[in-house]
Amino acid sequence: MHSLTKLTIVFISLLLTACTTTENTGDILEGDSKNQQQQQLTDSTEIVPYHEDTPDIGNEISTHQLGPEFQDPQNPLSTLTVYFAYDSSQVQQEYIAAIAAHAEYLRSYPSLRMVLAGHGDERGSAEYNIALGEQRAKAVAKMMKMQGVQATQLEVVSYGEEKPATTGHDEAAWQMNRRVELLYQGQ
Amino acid sequence: MMNTGKVLYLGILSWLLLWSPMIKAELTIEITQGVESATPIAIVPFAGQEKLPEQAQIAAIIQNDLQRSGYFKTLSHEDMLSQPSQPGEIKFRNWRALGQEYLLIGKISSNGMNHVIMFYLYDVYKGEQLMAYRLRTTAPKLRSSAHRISDLIFEKLTGKKGVFNTRIAYIKRTLQKSGKFRYRLQVADADGYKPITVFASDEPLMSPSWSPDGKQLAYVSFEKKYAAIYLQTLNTGKKTRISAIRGINGAPSFSPDGTKLAVTLSKDGSPDIYIIDLQSLSRTKLTRSFAIDTEPNWSPDGRHIVFTSDRGGRPQLYTIPSEGGRAKRLTFEGDYNARGVYSQDGNSIAMVHGNRGDYRIAVMELASRTINVLTAGRLDEAPSFSPNDTMILYAAQKRGNAYLAAVSADGKMHQKLQFASGNIKDPAWAPTIK
Repeated sequence: MHSLTKLTIVFISLLLTACTTTENTGDILEGDSKNQQQQQLTDSTEIVPYHEDTPDIGNEISTHQLGPEFQDPQNPLSTLTVYFAYDSSQVQQEYIAAIAAHAEYLRSYPSLRMVLAGHGDERGSAEYNIALGEQRAKAVAKMMKMQGVQATQLEVVSYGEEKPATTGHDEAAWQMNRRVELLYQGQ
Repeated sequence: MMNTGKVLYLGILSWLLLWSPMIKAELTIEITQGVESATPIAIVPFAGQEKLPEQAQIAAIIQNDLQRSGYFKTLSHEDMLSQPSQPGEIKFRNWRALGQEYLLIGKISSNGMNHVIMFYLYDVYKGEQLMAYRLRTTAPKLRSSAHRISDLIFEKLTGKKGVFNTRIAYIKRTLQKSGKFRYRLQVADADGYKPITVFASDEPLMSPSWSPDGKQLAYVSFEKKYAAIYLQTLNTGKKTRISAIRGINGAPSFSPDGTKLAVTLSKDGSPDIYIIDLQSLSRTKLTRSFAIDTEPNWSPDGRHIVFTSDRGGRPQLYTIPSEGGRAKRLTFEGDYNARGVYSQDGNSIAMVHGNRGDYRIAVMELASRTINVLTAGRLDEAPSFSPNDTMILYAAQKRGNAYLAAVSADGKMHQKLQFASGNIKDPAWAPTIK
């Protein structure tokens, strides 16, 4: 027992010397009126900052490259955003024609691909909104697949509340942010 | 409860005390609601600190720390009848007359880059010395040394571990000239000092989670245009991809032993909770519902995971054994409960509590299952406990301004951390002394 205590003391002093001889020493705390002590405080973790480089460029193709029908407000293909009700991933009646038109277009151009980007409004928890955004995008994808679009043509991604279309904070803004964007991709 | 008359603009105060007008304050802290019962403590400016740079004014940093904790109210320098720096110079009578319970004095001797800080803490009523320390430090570590002194005082007087020498991580979103957002994962001292960008992208960054040793951060990045979970070591900047499977890769949470991450994946259809072993990167599926299961968080003993699920129709919190088993519903009060996080002692869970369109931070005491709503915001989210469980840091929003706020675990003290620019979200308080 006694020798064990001694051994511990030797060990601790060895540790202390080891600490004090390292180059990058932390603060040393000494004293307290009652019990004398010396304590080597650990140094904080150094943080390597990130060097920001030029941002990467996306590969969405502008609908201008696809054809004039996408610019004609009378044509259902001009609808490239599907909006949703609060906490809902149910596709509303008014978007069914537009989704069908895009499905038809994708069927006639099997080499074309589309990203369905789901979004939510800022209310509630961010990761839950990611899940909700994915459900919305999947609801649109499901309708398109039912109309014969190949699964390989569709990619679903959810950004939740992270990429708002508008940065307002009222019901009007939230309505604009609860959406699925139909993004045609380059070959 | 809110008393605007009592609003203390510590932010402005700290700006005057800590930063010279040349240095733009990156963050200011404003105590929006103080605690009536806070203990009065006088912190006398340390002799010799006038020779130090503005940002290293030891006594001012300690004063700011203690005031911000909500446990103390500090005496303004103008109200001090004398400013002793040696034990022999103290007239306790004077400090009693000022209603002070504790007194901190000290001095700094400097030799080039090396500094020696002597400090003494007294019980004013008993006229008794409670602490006397000598701290040897170097110029770059002065702020950190001041926080260490705050920690020692806090622990001595409250019996709780001081956490002034800790860090926070958060996501900062700014709108660029191009009209696109820029997302930055930043780490700053717990008082907001010295924010460092550890990663940046034009695509969203989310959900930082600290490793238990405070040396790594797991987070979600959309930098490749899809969600992926990364692990980054802070002192090397090295980044490893942990998960980038089809669908959601989200909500990482470190196991208390640091060997695993609980995450959300939606590869099988609906989002489910998985455990990823960080050594082998193998996945174990923990939940199997057809509903949304997300936002896992480990209990400190590693035995349970709390998560959000809408399997009952609306999002509510559930717990499940981390080794697998049956999920049990935890929350029944309110129509929206999400993002549950365990306190470090495992006795309570903080959450986003939604009721009639307002989202607030609430705490459930696990023994009694009672929910205590702590905040009064409309869009409060992402709660994170301080390492000593005395405070909860969270993301708030008011008039389009997204900022971080903190509330004491009993809901009495409120503060706002206002950054100079950008939308601040997703705070995570590091579990260890930095």
